[in-house]
Amino acid sequence: MAIAKVAYMGARTVEDVREDFPILDRMVHGKPLAYLDNAATSQKPRVVLDAVRVYYERGNANVHRALHALGEEATAAFEHNRAKVQRLLNARSRQEIIFTRGTTEAINLVASSWGDKFLRKGDVVLLTDMEHHSNLVPWQLVCARKGCNLEFIPITPEGGLDMQAVERLLTEKVRIVALTHVSNVLGTINAVKIITDMAHTRGARVLVDAAQSVPHFRVDVTEIDCDFLAFSGHKMCAPMGIGVLYGKEQVLEQMPPWMGGGEMISSVTQEKSTWNELPYKFEAGTPNVEGAIGLGAAIDYLHGLEFSTIETWEAELTRYALMRLQDIPHLAIYGAVERRGSVISFNLGSIHAHDVAQYLDKEGIAVRAGHHCAQPLMKLLGIPGTARASFSFYNTFSEIDRLHDALLAAAEFYA
Amino acid sequence: MNPFDDLYQEIVLDHYRSPRNKARLDNVPESMVHENPSCGDSIKLEVTVDDAGKLAGVRFDGRGCAISTASASLMTERLKGLTVEEARAMANRFIRSLRGDDPVETLDDMGDLVAFKGVAQFPVRVKCATLAWHAFLLSLPQPGASAA
Repeated sequence: MAIAKVAYMGARTVEDVREDFPILDRMVHGKPLAYLDNAATSQKPRVVLDAVRVYYERGNANVHRALHALGEEATAAFEHNRAKVQRLLNARSRQEIIFTRGTTEAINLVASSWGDKFLRKGDVVLLTDMEHHSNLVPWQLVCARKGCNLEFIPITPEGGLDMQAVERLLTEKVRIVALTHVSNVLGTINAVKIITDMAHTRGARVLVDAAQSVPHFRVDVTEIDCDFLAFSGHKMCAPMGIGVLYGKEQVLEQMPPWMGGGEMISSVTQEKSTWNELPYKFEAGTPNVEGAIGLGAAIDYLHGLEFSTIETWEAELTRYALMRLQDIPHLAIYGAVERRGSVISFNLGSIHAHDVAQYLDKEGIAVRAGHHCAQPLMKLLGIPGTARASFSFYNTFSEIDRLHDALLAAAEFYA
Repeated sequence: MNPFDDLYQEIVLDHYRSPRNKARLDNVPESMVHENPSCGDSIKLEVTVDDAGKLAGVRFDGRGCAISTASASLMTERLKGLTVEEARAMANRFIRSLRGDDPVETLDDMGDLVAFKGVAQFPVRVKCATLAWHAFLLSLPQPGASAA
């Protein structure tokens, strides 16, 4: 059932968009690479690689310190890219954008800094059954320190959040709700705005793990009204090692610094220090300038394609894949909600996910296999792991056809 | 041979499809289950030693990928009849050669276990191939301790 006609992504053909990504013409084990592991990390377009290279070739200097041309240029570029993130998220001010290493560091920052200041013994931190370890373990650590309790919003059989349970679990003991925007396993898109409104009514803060949403559709923090939101650059065409914590200015103002060092101070004596203003209070040490520049280039690139176009094409790919995989005997797909991202987790009969992934790799198809850093969710589903195909806007119908055919062949091979 | 065929050799697939000495070991307590949390594999063993101090039988129970299942199956066959110390030495040699501590050619002298030579090219799968062997070592009395 090959799609003969040319596929368009907005005004450009998908084949044309693929030309932007040097890695996509790679061969793997003698087959063309079909990269379907985008939920783990995305590939990088040439404009991002060039932006990083040009920074090092022509503009490298430390930021916020040097009184020379290169230092001023680097500082300007760094702050310019912070402003790009602010506009991407529709945050109210640049001060609300803190550069981190990624989502994990951003959540750890909130759990440590906000948690240490505001959590009291007996308080509840409310998570969900579908959290990535990065939005679970930091809360376990702070709850153990402060004598707080973790509670979890359960999931429905379809893989959505049980909204009646949210109502019940949001007691006056809940200080913060921390939840994923899009599940990295089930693909579920959670109603973060509704849950934020409910939490605020009861006086709880809200943190949104947006690692799987910001790369795929427009995320507006003013509209959601969440108190914190975290995402990683590397899942959205930017380099690894750069990410963002968005926080409401008045909340960030109340929080103590997390890491100490250069940049985050206002004045230092041997006895004590005073803190720099936002966002620098939370950016100790020399920041990842190359990462911020790469992230800015990635944001420009994604704006160039238009998020609405990205969202439409990825939804089409996901629909096509779900339709195409239907006829594979004994294929179990996890999650069946209507609103879903471009993530499909599955198992092929009783064949171990690692064996499935190894077979697909032989065919040049890259998927993830394992527990996807969501062991509690795997336990709930009663499985050790899954294989997972996750799509980006540069994927094609023909790659999904290859996935389909390779899965049929894998079933035969391991039978 | 390409790396994939090197990994899933015919003998490996045979032991995966028809594992030897695999049984429900409900009598072995859950506390003895050995796990690889990174892939959800788990295994438990029943090791019987005869009066002469030789392994009279090794059986396994659990779930895992083709590599870990085949490795467990081949292990049960290979260890039978060895003394506890011989078996311990063999398990250590197998693990060391797959981990790269010893040359992988060490496996050439280990009978059917040579089928796992290809695993050394896949660092992520080394844990699969060695899971049963680690479980076996843990099930043995420590050297010097007298078995009851």
